[in-house]
Amino acid sequence: MKIGAPKEIFPGENRVAMTPESAQALQKLGHTCLIETGAGAAAGFEDAAYTAAGVEVVASAQALFDAADVVVKVREPVAEEIALLKEGQTVISFFWPGQNTELLEQAKDRGATVVAMDMVPRISRAQKMDALSSMANIAGYRAVIEAGNNFGRFFTGQVTAAGKVPPAKVLVVGAGVAGLAAIGTATSLGAITMAFDVRPEVAEQIESMGAEFVFLEFDEPAQDGAATGGYAAPSSPEFREKQLEKFRELAPDVDIVITTALIPGRPAPKLWTEDMVKMMKRGSVVVDLAAERGGNCDLTVPDEKITTENGVTIVGYTDFPSRMGTQSSTLYSNNIRHMLADLTPAKDGVINHNMEDDVIRGATATHAGEITFPPPPPKVQAIAAVKREKPKELTAEEKRAAETAAFKAQTRQQVTLLGVGGVLLLLAGIFAPASFMAHFIVFVLACYVGFQVIWGVSHSLHTPLMAITNAISSIIILGALLQIGSGSWLVMILAALSVFMAGINIFGGFMVTRRMLAMFQKS
Amino acid sequence: MEYGFTTAAYVVAAVLFIQSLGGLSGQESAKRAVWYGIVGMALAVLATLYGPGAGNWALSIVMIAAGGGIGWVVAQRVQMTEMPQLVAAMHSLVGLAAVFIGFNAHIEMARVATMQAANDTAALADLAQFAASVAHKTAAEISVLKIEVFLGVFIGAITFTGSIVAYGKLAGKMNTAATKLPGGHMLNAGAALLSAILLILYFQGAGSWTLMLMTLLAFFIGYHLIMGIGGADMPVVVSMLNSYSGWAAAAIGFSLSNDLLIVVGALVGSSGAILSYIMCKAMNRSFISVILGGFGGPAGEQMAVEGEQIAIDADGVASALNEADSVIIIPGYGMAVAQAQQSVSELTRKLRAAGKEVRFAIHPVAGRLPGHMNVLLAEARVPYDIVMEMDEINDDFPSTDVAIVIGSNDIVNPAAQEDPNSPIAGMPVLECWKAKQVFVSKRGQGTGYSGIENPLFYKENTRMFYGDAKASIDALLPMID
Repeated sequence: MKIGAPKEIFPGENRVAMTPESAQALQKLGHTCLIETGAGAAAGFEDAAYTAAGVEVVASAQALFDAADVVVKVREPVAEEIALLKEGQTVISFFWPGQNTELLEQAKDRGATVVAMDMVPRISRAQKMDALSSMANIAGYRAVIEAGNNFGRFFTGQVTAAGKVPPAKVLVVGAGVAGLAAIGTATSLGAITMAFDVRPEVAEQIESMGAEFVFLEFDEPAQDGAATGGYAAPSSPEFREKQLEKFRELAPDVDIVITTALIPGRPAPKLWTEDMVKMMKRGSVVVDLAAERGGNCDLTVPDEKITTENGVTIVGYTDFPSRMGTQSSTLYSNNIRHMLADLTPAKDGVINHNMEDDVIRGATATHAGEITFPPPPPKVQAIAAVKREKPKELTAEEKRAAETAAFKAQTRQQVTLLGVGGVLLLLAGIFAPASFMAHFIVFVLACYVGFQVIWGVSHSLHTPLMAITNAISSIIILGALLQIGSGSWLVMILAALSVFMAGINIFGGFMVTRRMLAMFQKS
Repeated sequence: MEYGFTTAAYVVAAVLFIQSLGGLSGQESAKRAVWYGIVGMALAVLATLYGPGAGNWALSIVMIAAGGGIGWVVAQRVQMTEMPQLVAAMHSLVGLAAVFIGFNAHIEMARVATMQAANDTAALADLAQFAASVAHKTAAEISVLKIEVFLGVFIGAITFTGSIVAYGKLAGKMNTAATKLPGGHMLNAGAALLSAILLILYFQGAGSWTLMLMTLLAFFIGYHLIMGIGGADMPVVVSMLNSYSGWAAAAIGFSLSNDLLIVVGALVGSSGAILSYIMCKAMNRSFISVILGGFGGPAGEQMAVEGEQIAIDADGVASALNEADSVIIIPGYGMAVAQAQQSVSELTRKLRAAGKEVRFAIHPVAGRLPGHMNVLLAEARVPYDIVMEMDEINDDFPSTDVAIVIGSNDIVNPAAQEDPNSPIAGMPVLECWKAKQVFVSKRGQGTGYSGIENPLFYKENTRMFYGDAKASIDALLPMID
């Protein structure tokens, strides 16, 4: 099959979907490659380099679209390009089928197959073609570089003969791929980096990149990123308030803010408000990586760099990857190459569009004259969801049956115990004298009260309980007191000793218990 | 009139004691509960002194004051870690007091009997207090009295020596391993049987030698019974002895016809028994087998432990802690021994200040007393709402980054779940090995209190942090930021 890469017609787009290197890999799959003349120039790849790699250079887009079976691109094709498509042709590019329904219709009408690189499912096997991640990585890096470009100080703190330079403080909001790349770049430049994300489980990743996780104390059940395929979900208004409050606290302190917060299928959340920008120091920089989707910062102007009245620069560029054309073309063309490798499983130069394959199915937006977007959820979960075992719900009858059974068993047990106890008591009553029985009843009742009372004592108080029962058991002093007045000197001495020992126990026991209990405190 | 007042005071005192025990159901109400107990005790003593049958006030008050002074000083000075020993030692006092009082009752009975035999009406009329009431008893009542006295002395004597042995073991003054004289349980059973025969003889009027001999036998039983119980079961033993001292008091109450003694004795007796039962259940042990002497023999070959113990230094632990988000600390007796609770508290404070989630997992039998760890941590001002029970926290280990085991062994032994032949098989344990990383602070490579090898130390995610717990934690502290 012939694979062709036209020149990007979007203004300012420097990337190209095929590099000489990727073309060689594609040829190994049995394909032949075409490129429009000058397509790679902005990314630093001359036509000569392509020719050397065995790529045929064609003169115009028209010629390329006519010749190629598969057209690979970076930006989504515009209407003029789609008009060039013919039946059975495949286009591989970013497409944003969710937003570009009209283009999708047109492509379908032309009978072309569209493989959207932005729809590649986020599963491990598809990582090599995950162009969003590879581009986000570049954007994150570039954001820090842009920030540094507009920031008048060093990133790293230095003590020099000419004076002391404090380190720059960088706050990264949103720790996705771009955020993490920004954190890594900023820390390696020597800045003090803090990062925030609504998904607490990324704290570990943030810290592993060398930044400090901005911890938000909030009682709401934490977001589980695994449920949304690793992306953030919208948060509750209370949480948002709390978050903004934290940002306000940080705003006067940070020098550089890089916002990367995006929620799939929604406009970017407003996280860096106007008043926060006002609080920032003169010379500070805000880089808004979400500018294309409206921006995380209130003041962001997409595609522009503005400076506010208080001297804060706000960078709203939307073409960070394009600003590093060579690098991003290399990575993107590799993503494309991996996609084509999956489409040519036999490596014989024949495209086999296997709609059973999770990755290919997920990325395909139109195929065989039909719109196949949105795709069904992939069979493999992106991230293993945390298993939460739910206690088995019993039906009403089962519950009732269980309750009745438990009740019956309890009744049987209690009746047996009471019966046996009662018979024993009656037997004792027959033989023992009445005066004994009077005391005996008191004894049995006291035992019963003891059992009832102790069940309720909390575990952590078992030691104090023991100490206090120990103190109370010195009630035996009463016995000694009743004997101490005896006429016999031997009895008196023994009783006096008993009083003495019990005395130790009373005071010691209660004192110790009080000491122990006094220590229990709430945080 | 006086009698009525005393009885009324006794009722009030009994209610106060019940309130006092019941109040321990919560940390806050417990502080009040102690005062109920104190007031109840004061009321009981005063009412007895004021009521009928009391005599020799001066001596009584001097003795209470002397004993109270000593008790006060001891209680003020004792270290919180020495609490178990203190409680055991105090039980022995109650036991000995019960023995003395029982003897007194016997002596009085003998005196009265002699007088009645001599028909000495003048002397009989002169009798005071307890002796006077004995003189009025019928023959049947005297027989019951004899049984009560005998039982009171028997239980009191067992409590006395048992508590002393328990004290010795807890204070480390005696070998903590379970040791038995040749003959084992047969010796105990024999002594108990002999005591029963002596009871019959005593009942038939065989004289004081039977009582004396029985006391010696009971002393032996108490000694031998507790010697046969291993250190790991000491919490149950202390609570059981507590129960015994209550029963002894109740028996004495019967002999002296004193209802308050009976009520309170029964309260203490039943509460101690329940507590022991709760603890046995927590350890999944048979109540009977613990009381009769420690572990049963293992049923088969124990699983061999494979692998090796990998040591780690303070740097490694500190960096893992600095990276962790959630930490669970499992304290054990080793923490108490090393007096490390303050250091642990400081570590907790620092980790919490760094925004990490720190919790404590307390096994029901951690330490040498039930709730021992709670008390130590409370002393070190660890807030009690981060101190969790086993059931509350066991499910959280898989989502925990670091578990730190400080001086506990058997309560974190996976063999209880994995090896059906282990002596502790089936005992619920803290599943700390499910945490991402486990650090074990331990003195050396030895086995725990029960002498069982612990496979936890050989697990892949376990690192051994050897050394004295306090020294180890103190070394960690400066490295936590």
